[in-house]
Amino acid sequence: MASTFDTVAGIISETCDIPREKIAPESHAINDLGIDSLDFLDVAFAIDKAFGIKMPLEQWTQDVNEGKVSSDRYFVMRDLCSNIDSLVSAKAA
Amino acid sequence: MRLEHFRMVDRVALIDVSGGLVRAESIVPDDSPVFEGHFPDYPILPGVLMIETMAQTGGWLLLTMHRFERMAFLAQVRAAKLRAFVAPGKRLTIEARLVHDGSGYAVMAGRLESDGKLVAEAELVYRLAPFPAATLRARMLQAARDVAIPQELLNGA
Repeated sequence: MASTFDTVAGIISETCDIPREKIAPESHAINDLGIDSLDFLDVAFAIDKAFGIKMPLEQWTQDVNEGKVSSDRYFVMRDLCSNIDSLVSAKAA
Repeated sequence: MRLEHFRMVDRVALIDVSGGLVRAESIVPDDSPVFEGHFPDYPILPGVLMIETMAQTGGWLLLTMHRFERMAFLAQVRAAKLRAFVAPGKRLTIEARLVHDGSGYAVMAGRLESDGKLVAEAELVYRLAPFPAATLRARMLQAARDVAIPQELLNGA
């Protein structure tokens, strides 16, 4: 079974036309991979579908805009995947 | 349908919030300045307005689902197919089905029919955001009444 990182990296690669080898656990989706907000909608839709979750993008964006957390917390691949795992676990519980 | 005012939906005939489905009706006007250019002596409803008609129909479901706390802004149009010409005077039935209700966005599948035939379809992606102005929200609520969205769905909004 593919890891969360493999699945998400595959989605980003396919959705945003980014070579898979450029996507690393420490890549920031926006700052390093250059995914803009419109493309991120496609990514979010594909992730929501693939994992059967609803990523709380509005809350994450608000947290970042209000300076509560760094955008790394949500948009670095490793952290993004960790958040996805938490959402999947919470849904299963 | 008032093309010059971008009022594409005449009446919402069915709105099923829990089922994620909306159906609406519109009649293409016999006359409109739009037809002077599209096209001279061969008037047909522009394809972009077919897409807009599906988008507005889906938008009514999203606004109602979110109790008019969020405005729906069209962000993407995918896989749009314009299958047939639509002439002035035609009656249209429009359906939009919720594909996914995401956080701050939603995806809907739209269909447009005339004379029982599918004339257009598209997948529509919306951004959902707080109303940028209270006056816009008030105008949208009034427009919702104008297209006959049931009052009980507007109560509390």
